[in-house]
Amino acid sequence: MTASDHTVANGSVPPTGGAESARPSLARRLLSDGFTSWALATPVTLVLAFFLLAPIAMIVSVSFWGSTSFSIYPDFIWDNYDYLLGSSVTYKVFLKTLKFAFMTWAITLVIGFTVAYYLTFHIRSLTWQIALFLLCTIPFWTSNIIRMISWIPFLGRNGIANKTLMDMGITSEPLEWLLYSEFSVTLAFVHLYTLFMVVPIFNTMMRIDKSLIEAAYDAGASGVQILTNVIIPLCKPGMMIGSIFVVTLVMGDFITVRFMSGSQIANVGRLISNDIALLAYPSAAATAVVLLITVLIMVAVMLRFVDIRKEL
Amino acid sequence: MNEGKRPASFYVLTLVFALFVIFLYGPTLTIGILSFQGPEGGLTFPMRGVSTHWFHELFAQQAVGDIWGSFRRSFVLGMMVMTTTVVLAVMGGLAFRRRFPGSTVLFYVIIASLVIPSILVSLGVGLLFSQILGWEVRWTTSGFGAQLTWTLPFGLLIMFAVFNRFDPSYEEAARDQGANPWQVFRYVVLPLIAPSLIGVALFGFTLSYDEFARTLLTSGSRNTLPLEIYGMTTNVTTPVLYALGTLTTIFSFLVIGTFIVIALISQKRKAKRASDAGKGMV
Repeated sequence: MTASDHTVANGSVPPTGGAESARPSLARRLLSDGFTSWALATPVTLVLAFFLLAPIAMIVSVSFWGSTSFSIYPDFIWDNYDYLLGSSVTYKVFLKTLKFAFMTWAITLVIGFTVAYYLTFHIRSLTWQIALFLLCTIPFWTSNIIRMISWIPFLGRNGIANKTLMDMGITSEPLEWLLYSEFSVTLAFVHLYTLFMVVPIFNTMMRIDKSLIEAAYDAGASGVQILTNVIIPLCKPGMMIGSIFVVTLVMGDFITVRFMSGSQIANVGRLISNDIALLAYPSAAATAVVLLITVLIMVAVMLRFVDIRKEL
Repeated sequence: MNEGKRPASFYVLTLVFALFVIFLYGPTLTIGILSFQGPEGGLTFPMRGVSTHWFHELFAQQAVGDIWGSFRRSFVLGMMVMTTTVVLAVMGGLAFRRRFPGSTVLFYVIIASLVIPSILVSLGVGLLFSQILGWEVRWTTSGFGAQLTWTLPFGLLIMFAVFNRFDPSYEEAARDQGANPWQVFRYVVLPLIAPSLIGVALFGFTLSYDEFARTLLTSGSRNTLPLEIYGMTTNVTTPVLYALGTLTTIFSFLVIGTFIVIALISQKRKAKRASDAGKGMV
């Protein structure tokens, strides 16, 4: 490729006239050893090094610092981890977090697959497919916090859900578990993150060669067999990418759980944010490191099933 | 299988899809309606009259924090993040068209940026600034960088996908005609990838504008709008919260709509200019 990169990397605009004969050969020489690619990748590398890798290294080192009730100081002690891993609360909270991740994953996977399937195989014109797909994605670009808040009039004691249930005579008094409960937390997660399933699954599904389905049909496969033996296996990469998004978002969340549970349920993110609020940074950092390791292991397992570079 | 009568499953799935759309939009519409509560009304139905009382309340500044200041900051920050994301994503996309030493490592760092819990970025950047560098955290510096760790991977992945499908023969043709590297980029590559850049820009702006966790510990003493709204949820118990929610959602819709219109226009222009096959020289 392309001599263009060289100049772009330098940020200089070469004169449009003259000197052209010399440039391509120079550029090509630089290209051959990957220099240009490196130059182009430098800004991204610097940003991620400074705002992602250095902060993670910082967290790891602070997790070994000591703290008093009003300050923290550099040290190398295991106290934070001893305390964290020695407390039964930690395990309960991690389990609860995993439970939310699993529930949200399962529900969003089913909904995401169904929606993508409908858009791909039941909508016949590309224009409609794009229009309905956009309809599904627009909420993704609006505020998560507003979308959480908007459940209150639905789920509250005097909310729409309770009113409707009571009017229909299904319950005689308001259901208390609709809001500020595991139910409302999971509901909000599904509401916020289903898009992350729909998009990658739809993306892989649209690339399935329709003649494969014709072939299965001609060979006598039933609708269900086509679904389980052709479509689902071919959609696995999309399902995996969606799963990575949903699982990592739920695992790292603290705001949805806090808001939708009315501060009554703890997850790992809230453990960290509570420590931060108390300025107990070493303790927060130790929890963060354990969370990071958990999430990275989960992602590593999921990445075994999909080659992301091939899916792009 | 795509012609003729609809199977029964079509109607079932249409219903499911419709319910899904209601599920997505219903709550937002509800607070849209409730933000027009009468002055006596509360956070839930019934409506006690219809008024724009709560919107007026929002504009009467003393009632609730620094909403307009935080909106202005969020908007500026969104533009900064958007511009940076577009430029860096294009450069990164070009870089990754070939393998270079370290490209695999960088690729996995980009993926890591996407999966690492946002609160870690927030905490880490905050600690790095305050404990090591001794810099004050500000939304224009630490907040800006922390948000880039979320918008850049999206932008880069979009650009990777775009360049995977990019036909290099256009560039070769331009070079054969004597275009220099910059001209190849400016007059051939850039127009071809422009529609995707609109997508990258949309991600860059909206993800920044709505970001909460990454800005929480990195924005310093001045709040961005999501932080301001979050603060309100704990101490404002009137529909003024809904009024604000409705306004920012309308603003988001306007932004998204603008991007979509620009994308449609540029797509059309591209289609009009794209090919003159069969039109000349016969």
